[in-house]
Amino acid sequence: MREVAVVATASRQVPVLTGTTEVQLMVPLIESARAAVGLTQEDIGFTCSGSSDFLAGQAFSFVHTLDAVGAVPPISESHVEMDGAFALYEAWVKLQIGEVDTALVYSYGKSSPGSLRDVLALQLDPYYLAPLWPPADAVAALQARLLLESGAASPEELAGIAVRSQHHAAANPNAVRSSTDVTVGDVLAEAPVADPLRPSDLAAEADGGCAVVLAAGDRASDLCERPAWIRGIDHRIDAHALGVRDLTRAPSAALAASRAGAGGDRLDLVELHSPTTSQEAILVREIGLDDTTVVNPSGGALAGCTLMAAGLMRIAEAADRITGGTADRALAHATSGPCLQQNLVCVLEGA
Amino acid sequence: MADAPLRADLILEYPFSRTTGPVIGAFLTGLREGVLLGIRRADGTVMVPPAEYEPDTGESLSELVEVGPAGEVVSWTWVDSPRPQSPWDRPHGLALVRLDGADTPMLHGVLVDSPDELATGMRVEVVWSDEREGHIADIAGFVPKEPS
Repeated sequence: MREVAVVATASRQVPVLTGTTEVQLMVPLIESARAAVGLTQEDIGFTCSGSSDFLAGQAFSFVHTLDAVGAVPPISESHVEMDGAFALYEAWVKLQIGEVDTALVYSYGKSSPGSLRDVLALQLDPYYLAPLWPPADAVAALQARLLLESGAASPEELAGIAVRSQHHAAANPNAVRSSTDVTVGDVLAEAPVADPLRPSDLAAEADGGCAVVLAAGDRASDLCERPAWIRGIDHRIDAHALGVRDLTRAPSAALAASRAGAGGDRLDLVELHSPTTSQEAILVREIGLDDTTVVNPSGGALAGCTLMAAGLMRIAEAADRITGGTADRALAHATSGPCLQQNLVCVLEGA
Repeated sequence: MADAPLRADLILEYPFSRTTGPVIGAFLTGLREGVLLGIRRADGTVMVPPAEYEPDTGESLSELVEVGPAGEVVSWTWVDSPRPQSPWDRPHGLALVRLDGADTPMLHGVLVDSPDELATGMRVEVVWSDEREGHIADIAGFVPKEPS
């Protein structure tokens, strides 16, 4: 395998992005990520993005956003209708082939003008589920109740996950929900919005974007004093139909973590893309984390969840801590689909 | 105004017809006739709603089995504000219901007035829509089943 590293990142996330198009959002982020390692677009071997036409309300909407990259002279470029973490996976594969040494990955989502719960209903089975338009938080609530009634987690534990997220998020300028003093009691006192899930159990919806520069081998070491080396990355998928899987588990997350080598050594931190506290509890169990690992130092996706960018932001948050020297080994996770159907795990190391 | 997101109405549509095939099609046709169908899996268990393939292996499946019309709530939640496009115009339960004769649960609405009337393990039975056209909304929902 070719050594590939994250060498620069740039993120922005706000509750509602007003008066700004996706292109205007991404211009400074892409410019910032490239400039951090002294690159221009002409130095980038491959560019890959993730975004959703369902948010933009237009087919091939990502083509507009190429204006933020600069597509003249012509560039080698691809796009996934998935979170940017999956675009990063494609770029990593491209770098493995060995014909290019650098890649730009970016993704963005601006869900505030529309209805995110309607968009998420459309990812469900088109015959059996989508015509019922079940709200995404209600679908997640069915999973949460199974988890609670199985005894694998308690309401207090889920509230504790919400509290930890909000406390950690207080130090994250891109978090859209944070608090230094919220308590488990405060969370348990909230009225459920999708019984048994309370508002603090659900990720805070946000608009935003993220850009990441990858480089291979010596090029990474030349560009960055302490690259965040991708030592393992894996993407696995469980069955689409909700009824055929045990919703209290996420076998694809456990398999992806195993294949990415998560268990090989101690993890200083993990950044989890968990749209609900119940899903975070499932991920912690599937990845096999113990108390020595800091979970979501940024607050995680619970503190701010931009559809299509929340997973890439997890990789950026983990990489920044390695590049900054505060962590040696980290795991970043991204999910897609209902109830943790798809899971990507990326293990990053500083040396 | 400066703080309001820009708005422009746009109708997203998918102006194509799809054929639903021998399994999903049979299930939907069954709904129109007031019959609930599952499919037998390789291990002998019954999957509802049916898929054409075994989820674990991709192996083809074809033996349709009648299930229901009553079943048990496996998990539930409450929907306070149904989406305007949904079949429901008032608050309702949403549940995973394992129909009698089935081994996997299906998702649908439970027509009760309050979440206090819902519980895991409760018995429910199907309520058919008056007008049926071979669509998942041919099931109006489930209601609590009185012990017989």
